[in-house]
Amino acid sequence: MSVITPTPGRTARPSRPARTSRRAGTGGLAAALLSPTLLVLGLVIGYPVVAALRLSFQVSSEGIDPSTGFVSTTTHYGFGNYAAVFADERLLRAWWNTTSFTLASVTLEVLIGVLMALVMHRAFRGRAFVRAAILVPWAIPTAISGILWKWIFNSQGVANALLDTQVLWSSDGFHAWLSVVVADTWKTAPFVALLVLAGLQIIPGELYEAARVDGASAWRSFWRITLPLVRPALVVAVLFRLLDVLRMFDLPYILVGPRKPSVETLSMAAFHEMNNLRFGSASAYAVVLFVYVAVVALAFVKLFGADLLGRGTRSEP
Amino acid sequence: MSTLLLTRSARRGATGGRRGATWARRLGIAAVVAYCLAPFYWMLVSSLRRPADQFSNAPLPAPVSFDNYMSAFDPHNGFGRALVNSLIVAGITTAVTLVVGIFAGYALARLHFRGKTLILTLIIAASMFPPIILVVPLLRLFTDIAWINTYQAMIIPSMSFALPLAVWNLTAFFRQMPTELEKAAQVDGCTPAQAFRKVMLPLAAPGVFTTAILVFILSWNEFLIAVSVVNEPQKMTANVILSLFTGAYKYDQPFGTQMAAGVVVTLPLVVAVLFFQRRIVDGLTAGGLK
Repeated sequence: MSVITPTPGRTARPSRPARTSRRAGTGGLAAALLSPTLLVLGLVIGYPVVAALRLSFQVSSEGIDPSTGFVSTTTHYGFGNYAAVFADERLLRAWWNTTSFTLASVTLEVLIGVLMALVMHRAFRGRAFVRAAILVPWAIPTAISGILWKWIFNSQGVANALLDTQVLWSSDGFHAWLSVVVADTWKTAPFVALLVLAGLQIIPGELYEAARVDGASAWRSFWRITLPLVRPALVVAVLFRLLDVLRMFDLPYILVGPRKPSVETLSMAAFHEMNNLRFGSASAYAVVLFVYVAVVALAFVKLFGADLLGRGTRSEP
Repeated sequence: MSTLLLTRSARRGATGGRRGATWARRLGIAAVVAYCLAPFYWMLVSSLRRPADQFSNAPLPAPVSFDNYMSAFDPHNGFGRALVNSLIVAGITTAVTLVVGIFAGYALARLHFRGKTLILTLIIAASMFPPIILVVPLLRLFTDIAWINTYQAMIIPSMSFALPLAVWNLTAFFRQMPTELEKAAQVDGCTPAQAFRKVMLPLAAPGVFTTAILVFILSWNEFLIAVSVVNEPQKMTANVILSLFTGAYKYDQPFGTQMAAGVVVTLPLVVAVLFFQRRIVDGLTAGGLK
């Protein structure tokens, strides 16, 4: 894209001024159209992030003012909140829960999602109904699905009846962790399937024909054709899922409950601190999560080259 | 001739194999549908049992009873009002987000200007922020300015996830529209602004509608913001109040009632999904893939 700057003292060709003014008009129009969005995002994201950073370094201490004898709160800036948060083993536990949820759920979701997409790939009757069915887990609010799975995993619930076990799933411990993974996988594997399916449908059928003519087995054409070509869609789906699980809050909070060491995520720890009006350490937890998410996202994009912007920036002729 | 025969017999062999494959695929599709619907089915079945049969694990409710629905709407639960609150919050969030997002989507898809990549990156990055880092300082701010227990305290932070999604979808949608439209409009003497208002906007209605459905569903499902900035039952959304339902005794979780309320909260979404599945799938897969 070239920017035309009007040069004084030189007469342009007759068509030039009109084009210049149109270009200038376009730039001004773009600024006018984009400013509401940028303003809103600045207010609801930019400001809170800066405020959270500030809060996380703000340490308040109560002391008796020597001149008046009253209790007064003094605030200074320092690493006090971080020091306290990092000294507490709760952080490590929350970090591990966040990470293990992410690893387990995303792996399961990708496996099940790809399998579902392969099943639904070819045209068949009742496709609209199946697509609607696959959207149902996505559409159910996470809070509601938390209650639903709490009921399924109730000690007298259907999960124990089907498995013929007497497990106290949603109390605490490994079973609670597992119940969250199962509920999250149920809710989001279909979403992965949809994105993968969209990627599958771009692959031209001739490729499979050619592979079959060349005597390739179905297994081989899956590894050599399907997987490489569906990779961009899969990478985007996995990135979305990673970011979503890393900030998980609703599901363990409702399905298991607050302050459970085996399922408390970083989001939940920050929320709990905030609810007890300890904004400093709440912000410290939130900032730790924020940095972690940013590092994971950047590393993922670098490693797998998620092409989120690719089509977005290609300028039209 | 012989090659013809050969291909024909080869094809017959293939159809024989394909018939088996068809059955395998049908079975697979049935498994996919069962996977997706079984938990929802269980919610429906549990909600239709008599409270006395709550712990029955029979696959069908016998006899069917609407007692759970009656008690879900019992005034002491405040569920009816919570549904209205959810509708207000999700509705206003969707409307404001669309008005703001349409302009940005159009500019990003159709206009040439410097810094476009930067702005697109910013908008994508915005959707990746964990909401808790936004909620902590906002709760403090809302406490200071007495916004706790107000609708705006839920609506404004919801735009942090709604707006990036809307801009992203609308950009993808506007980009698919043929460029000839604006060129024709400009040849006819329209300014870019007029081309947008008079030509593009009316034609963009389907994309706007798709985006509206997605944003509404996401706002309707929001929990973290709503549970943080509201503590008064009068202003709680359906998701929040449902997680707080209590039975006759404190530790006696009224699952039947919760399932009934869950069906009520979810049913509009399931109906929307049935009617608009094509659009929703297009919206969800837009941007990154096309």
